[in-house]
Amino acid sequence: MSSVASNEHVVASPSSVGSGRISHSGFDRGFRAAAIGCAALVLLVLVGIIGSMIWGGLPAFREFGFFGFVGGSTWNVGADRYGAWPAIAGTLSSSLIALVIGVPLSLGIAIFLTQLSPAWLKGPISTAVELLAAVPSIIYGMWGLFVFAPLVANYVQIPLNALVEGVPIVGTVLYSRVPSGTGIFTAGIILALMIIPFIASVTRDMLDQIPPVLRESAYGIGCTTWEVVRHVLVPQAGISIIGAIMLGLGRALGETMAVTFVIGNANRLSSSIFDPGSTIASRIANEFNEAADLQLSALIALGCILFLVTFSVLVAARLLIARVQAR
Amino acid sequence: MATLATAPAPATTSSPPQVTWGRVRQSRRLADRLLKVVSALFTAIGVFALGWILLMLLWQGFAALGPSVFLHTMPGPGSAGGGLLNAMAGSLIMTTIGIVVATPIGVLAGTYLAEYARTSKLASGIRFVNDILLSAPSILIGLFVYTLLVAPFGAYSGWAGGVALAIIAVPVIVRTTEDMLRLVPNGLREAAAALGAPPSRVITLVTWRAARAGIVTGILLATARIAGETAPLLFTALNNNFWFSPSLIGGVSNLPVTIYQFALSPYTNWQELAWAGALIITITILGLSVLARFVIKREVAR
Repeated sequence: MSSVASNEHVVASPSSVGSGRISHSGFDRGFRAAAIGCAALVLLVLVGIIGSMIWGGLPAFREFGFFGFVGGSTWNVGADRYGAWPAIAGTLSSSLIALVIGVPLSLGIAIFLTQLSPAWLKGPISTAVELLAAVPSIIYGMWGLFVFAPLVANYVQIPLNALVEGVPIVGTVLYSRVPSGTGIFTAGIILALMIIPFIASVTRDMLDQIPPVLRESAYGIGCTTWEVVRHVLVPQAGISIIGAIMLGLGRALGETMAVTFVIGNANRLSSSIFDPGSTIASRIANEFNEAADLQLSALIALGCILFLVTFSVLVAARLLIARVQAR
Repeated sequence: MATLATAPAPATTSSPPQVTWGRVRQSRRLADRLLKVVSALFTAIGVFALGWILLMLLWQGFAALGPSVFLHTMPGPGSAGGGLLNAMAGSLIMTTIGIVVATPIGVLAGTYLAEYARTSKLASGIRFVNDILLSAPSILIGLFVYTLLVAPFGAYSGWAGGVALAIIAVPVIVRTTEDMLRLVPNGLREAAAALGAPPSRVITLVTWRAARAGIVTGILLATARIAGETAPLLFTALNNNFWFSPSLIGGVSNLPVTIYQFALSPYTNWQELAWAGALIITITILGLSVLARFVIKREVAR
């Protein structure tokens, strides 16, 4: 089909050469310019995002000072006082929980897929993990709110409350004042589920890239699977696995909808991981449409901080992965 | 100590494992077993979580799904029945705008990276920025488009929503286009150039055709990616419980934001509609992903 089409073109072109020569080179130049322009547009979008965040957040940064805003722990719309710390702390702690739970799970999946899985199981599991990545975040949020949060309330928070009440330190960190199931801990678990596909699939690709000879020779001298993983695969792919983890961290830091569903959206700072809190992204999603003046600016300033954090995490991740691929 | 304590027991009951693991230390054997069991267990947990989410979605979604979902517009607060017709129409329009804007930009930018500037500094910078944009938080893109297209005009619009979706789609298309063009053998380009074809002709008539299936896959994946995006629409298209104006100025109803608002509402019929909408959107997205795989597989097989 396509070969017929190209033949026709070859036959037809000599007749149009005489008239088409000048416009031909004009088209050539125009095409090149369009390609360069579109590529530059990609750069421009990133610059635009940075610019609009700084520009929009400037009034809030001026009012409270950069460090005053970042470190301020009150977010009071009525008094028009805004501090970013509760949201930053919520973002960092929910992402940390996500990493603590998600990283071992994803590494386990990657090792299972590359080293242990029987061939017939490899395809279906890879597909399932990739489908997990394609499910929109709002579905995770609904599942978290309607199915998972009640389970956390009934089977984690209530028994745990009875266990740790009054105990110093542990009693503060693990006690939930209102065992509703929504809170930073639940958000962390949902985020863990959401970053598993990314970390697992990048790690799997990295493990697959390691020359099989290395693995085979290790098995050949009598290594067990654990020793092959520990002494051959991890040293070979270690840096890129860290890159993959940071890629997952970048996702977790900026995830909005799923977190907004389950985090409870409280504006105060809390010492317990089961208490409701908020992340930068969930705060913006909740308040932006009703905000005006200084509150609007404070929310964009929050966005600016989120951008700086995720940008540096993603840059580090890409550099780590690229360094390994170049080798 | 450990070997002394455990060795006699298996020796009396079964000898074959004792033989295969003859001179392997117990601790090595334990570490190996542990790794195998733990990673199989973790994989099972991952697959179980996916199965749980999908099954619950199917269960709740099909219970709420009926012809009225596709025939009626969104119900008011407290009123019975209703459907998602206007939300689906709005989503379809904005996704189409997003893809129509993103496709030429993404394909041309990918072409620049793969054909014109494989090794230049600028190209590697653009490639890097594109990779960053690929996983940038989508809510920030919503904020950016808000300052660009909503605040200056003083109105939410479907156009702003479409542009926000386009910004998310472009990096996906750039990446796949570049990867697919790089797979085209150089011999094809050289043959076309030897016939006197200028670079633009070589690209449009030879390399694009050779990489057609891959580029289409990228566009399908980008569509799947933006169809379920909620965060960038919150501040750009907002939402609308009624039919939006044909000029797309003002709030435009769309499926993701509707699901978000209805799921958190106290009305049972709204929550049911949210489940129905979630099912529709997930089936669409998974269908697009499967279609994308099918397109690329068929091309590889040829």
